[in-house]
Amino acid sequence: MGGETTIGPLDRQHSYVGRNLPREKAKRAVKGRGRYTDDITLPRTVHAAFVRSPYAHANICEINIEKAIAHPEVVLVMTGSEMREMCTGPWLGTLSVFETMKTAPQYPMAVDRVCWQGEPVVMVVAESRAVAEDAAELVSVVYEELPVVAHKEDALEPGANLVHKELNENLAYEKVIDNGDVGKAFDEADHIVEGVFKFGRHTAVSLETRALLASYEKDTEELTIYTSSQTPHMIQAIIAKTLGLPEHKCRVVAPFVGGSFGLKIHSFGDEFAATAASIKLGRPVKFIADRLESFLTDIHARENKVAGKMAISDEGKIQALEIDILSGVGAYSQYPRTSVFEANQILNITGGPYKHQNYKARMRVAYMHKVPTSQYRAVGHPIGNSVGEALVDMAAEKVGLDPIEIRRRNVMEDDSYPRKTASGIEVADMSHQACLETLVERMCYKELLAERDARREKGIYRGIGIAAFIKGTAPGPAGYYGAGGAPIASQDAATVKIEPSGNIICSVGVTDQGQGVDTVMQQITASVLGVPDEMVRVIEGDTDATPYGGGTYASRATAIGGEATYQAALALRAELLVIAGALLQANPEQIDILNGNIVDAGTDNIRISLSELGRIAHFQVAQLPNEIEPQLSHTKRFRLRDALYIFTNGIQGAYVEVDPDTGFITLLNHWVVEDCGRVINPILADEQVRGGCVQGIGGALYEHCIYDDQAQLLNGSLVDYIVPMASEMPDIDVAHVQTHTGVSELGSKGVGESGTGAAPAVVMNAVNDAITPLGGRVFEQPMTPEVILKALGKI
Amino acid sequence: MKAPKFRFIKPQSLSEAIGLLSEFEDEARILAGGQSLIPTLNMRLSQPEVVIDINKLDELKGISLETDHVRIGAMTRHVEVMGSALVNENLPLIAEALPYVAHVAVRNRGTFGGSIALADPAAELPACILALQAEIVLEGPQGRRKVDADDFFHGLYDTAMRPDEILTEVLLPLAKPGEVFSFMELSRRKGDYAQAGVACRALISSKTFENIRLVYFGSELKPTVGENVIRALEGQTWSGDIDEKIFSQLEDDLDPIDNLHGSAALKMHWQKVLTKRAIAAAVEKTELV
Amino acid sequence: MEDEKIQIALRVNGEQITASVEARTHLVDFLRSELELTGSHLGCEHGICGACSVRLDGVVVRGCLVLAAQCDGAEVTTIEGLTESGEISDLQERFVNRNALQCGFCTPGMLMTAAELLERKKSVPREEIREFMSGNFCRCTGYHAIIDAIEETMNDRRSGVQ
Repeated sequence: MGGETTIGPLDRQHSYVGRNLPREKAKRAVKGRGRYTDDITLPRTVHAAFVRSPYAHANICEINIEKAIAHPEVVLVMTGSEMREMCTGPWLGTLSVFETMKTAPQYPMAVDRVCWQGEPVVMVVAESRAVAEDAAELVSVVYEELPVVAHKEDALEPGANLVHKELNENLAYEKVIDNGDVGKAFDEADHIVEGVFKFGRHTAVSLETRALLASYEKDTEELTIYTSSQTPHMIQAIIAKTLGLPEHKCRVVAPFVGGSFGLKIHSFGDEFAATAASIKLGRPVKFIADRLESFLTDIHARENKVAGKMAISDEGKIQALEIDILSGVGAYSQYPRTSVFEANQILNITGGPYKHQNYKARMRVAYMHKVPTSQYRAVGHPIGNSVGEALVDMAAEKVGLDPIEIRRRNVMEDDSYPRKTASGIEVADMSHQACLETLVERMCYKELLAERDARREKGIYRGIGIAAFIKGTAPGPAGYYGAGGAPIASQDAATVKIEPSGNIICSVGVTDQGQGVDTVMQQITASVLGVPDEMVRVIEGDTDATPYGGGTYASRATAIGGEATYQAALALRAELLVIAGALLQANPEQIDILNGNIVDAGTDNIRISLSELGRIAHFQVAQLPNEIEPQLSHTKRFRLRDALYIFTNGIQGAYVEVDPDTGFITLLNHWVVEDCGRVINPILADEQVRGGCVQGIGGALYEHCIYDDQAQLLNGSLVDYIVPMASEMPDIDVAHVQTHTGVSELGSKGVGESGTGAAPAVVMNAVNDAITPLGGRVFEQPMTPEVILKALGKI
Repeated sequence: MKAPKFRFIKPQSLSEAIGLLSEFEDEARILAGGQSLIPTLNMRLSQPEVVIDINKLDELKGISLETDHVRIGAMTRHVEVMGSALVNENLPLIAEALPYVAHVAVRNRGTFGGSIALADPAAELPACILALQAEIVLEGPQGRRKVDADDFFHGLYDTAMRPDEILTEVLLPLAKPGEVFSFMELSRRKGDYAQAGVACRALISSKTFENIRLVYFGSELKPTVGENVIRALEGQTWSGDIDEKIFSQLEDDLDPIDNLHGSAALKMHWQKVLTKRAIAAAVEKTELV
Repeated sequence: MEDEKIQIALRVNGEQITASVEARTHLVDFLRSELELTGSHLGCEHGICGACSVRLDGVVVRGCLVLAAQCDGAEVTTIEGLTESGEISDLQERFVNRNALQCGFCTPGMLMTAAELLERKKSVPREEIREFMSGNFCRCTGYHAIIDAIEETMNDRRSGVQ
């Protein structure tokens, strides 16, 4: 399947698919008229601030809130124990698919014991945020410090301090896959390359911090939450479940969301506490995390150590791959998605582009006294790709092959699908070969090699990196969610309806955080229905106004929500043709919709406008025969059937210069060729890729949550945690190969994480290519100047 | 995070400002450009009782050319110094260093005097005025006094200023005939504080260092003169490279801070690299003159 | 400590405003809370991210690093004011068409900074645009599109295209 799929309505002359339609929300945002959660204030809104644990592990001996509660502008002070009273039970961040996984129960705020620095201990609610902070300073908490688990390497040692005594160990989860005959392959290998790779912890740093405004109506038990979220229905479900509220009376609205990247698909205790405060007070309560608490309390990610080795034949064929993952997570497994997902993805995708069939991987996930880790853009992929692609380059060097050539010899053939990866995952509709050859062309690879070599002669150390990748997108219900037991929808839905005016409303369960999800749905709807784009309005991000869906995560919005929209629009189109046929006494198959009018198919003669049709269908229904009962609104759902994911693929290239005296890296060029299937809006897809790459580069070069031995975060501000800024980032060349997925009629796969997934790998390979003549190789991210200079033996 | 409560007072004259400082002493903070003070307030790292805003004191503003120096008023903003023809002509080191100072929005607000008075160890301007051997003018209840840059920087955010004094202006000597300057720094991103840096002032003839002054910043607790390396360099002739032994003198001059931005060894290494680059640049500039 | 408020009179987006403010309130909190000008955003409140950039007395500043109390007699322009005056309508249009924003949270600050660049310079190399914009953090776009949009606007202004 796949590859050849074409669909009538999307390929018509007036189709919006493949066009750069501008985003409606962008038109507002450039004028400062975006409306984010903190821009919304309701009458009598009060503001929450938190007293947070200064220790990574301590008993709470005493809390004195008297002075705070006496402050005239304070309306509520709540401790963790009081918060627990309002909960139906603790959170358990497990999924049933991770059968042997262990986790400790967790409440939104610490009760009796704190397990990470920044854990909320006391909430203060006051007339303004500033006053809430003043009063928080008046709360005194007496702690008794306890031994800390600060390093994942120590966590699993015998006799290690325990994060939670009741678990008896710090191992959250262990899993091994062993496919083919890895032992034999290594025994018989022509060559073996290996390395131990380290990845620093980092975090999402959405520019808009986490934000919530909760408003509870005591008399009707109706709760409305405005929150910066990717997953309104999931928040609705877990808020209702945790606080014992009737779910159907909880409305969650995600207004403009100022960046999310996976951060905003999780539950955060402080947000639940602020919601509880609204229930207690019967007043709107706002909580806007400040940047300092963001660094301390947002989910972190990427802290992994991976030992990898690869067997390679004289001809440059990968014979086997073995990896051992040690994943350092936080004190709890993040509810409701778990903290073991990242390691599991590394295990799933490492070496994923290649044909080899001997693969062994072990993952161990260790708890530590740090803020929980969870899913951040391209979960696990930056690590798996960095390890796999570094080993491929080392193998190439070993057998004297060019990095392009070794990949050419090992990637899965474009005509070989469906098939399984060595890790056992079903993949289909991929295009490694086409992407690779496109990359070679776009990089002017040969000329670039020559330029690199010419500069080396002059003592200028430039390097070229190549990294092929796969990316799991749009997870299906057979996998982790759904089957895993969490209230997270893997299906998604769209309702497409015609209004009396003839205009079209499309409401979707997937959400937009600036990717242009709404625009994509508008383009699909307008194309299928044959109406001008301005006749379509898309509604998302409101549980009251959209069909139930999972929201936006894991590059699923277009692949899942887009197909649902496509099918719903097709259904409405079919009905409109039937209604028009009855009115016009025409065969529905001989009429069409074009530019907002019912026309004769073939001649395009206008028969009746949709505005007239809409009016009749709503108000003058008597004009229609009795057997036609206009529905005018169609909801369709879509989910993957058997597949775990819709896997995408691609390849990246990078050109960098390393200053061997300072260890500084200059990024010169960056290329991406990826295959997200059918591209609905090229400029939106391209910018997803570019932005994603720069996030990946951030992790590769700069970003690092640095902790000391007491698990204290040392750089929790934007002054010390460095993110990529404009000066140092390269222009990025993006191209697409479009192999439609066979799982949907739309044919689109996910695109949002492909940049992030492989950018760290390609930059690391480029850096290593640059310093190879100097005898150095780095195995660590971020690749700080210190890491580079140490690799070169300069310090 | 929101700033804690404090009183805001906007004196109308320098003497009033000094009077307020005498009254509140350690409980008061002077608000100049605010680019360093206000972040610490917003993070509640600083909780003064009184903030004294000196932005309206026009006598602290402006740049003027005097007989043997340029006077830069403490409240002159970085953007004005950067755009000043007087500075560009007479203070090439300052002109070279200023583009490294933060970003446009911060330069539009931050002040020359504020940067010197704060004495951030990673800031560019304190190192430059130490390289230039400028004089810092302070005014307090006892009147006006001048302090040589060599005596001004005592330690981490610690200067010769008394709690009741205000830095009013800096007097920067004009470049002497034949003198050249170079400025180098390493920061991970454009506009960040330096992790290592050097400001160099040199008189070179026939590629021989007759007179050279190297001031290091970013790696130390305060801007630091590289006395040993200077001694070792003087009289040496540049041949496109310099004996590594000369750079090892830096190990006696510097005591780099080991922190989350890098190890002491890294910073020492960087300062050696920058020294070499800075003097190479100085030689090159001399050739161009 | 006594809760004394400071009286200020200033012009915001051309409108004369008088207000009494707490000493500790920074300019953007004042603009957002008191004047309901929510176009200026808070991303860090320690002067790094640039989301709060506004124009103060003709130049772009970090709005979180200026106290409202300091703005007595000042002229403040926010993204709402720049929009109203039409000064950057060409730049705004190019941001939209080039998809130079995603979540849009950094965008008002980006535009305030870019407006100053366009005012100061008629033609600069791309690297200089990157450098000028390097005090404004964008987590979504990777900057490429932003730089494109500014560069296109600069080129078009120079050649008289509107």
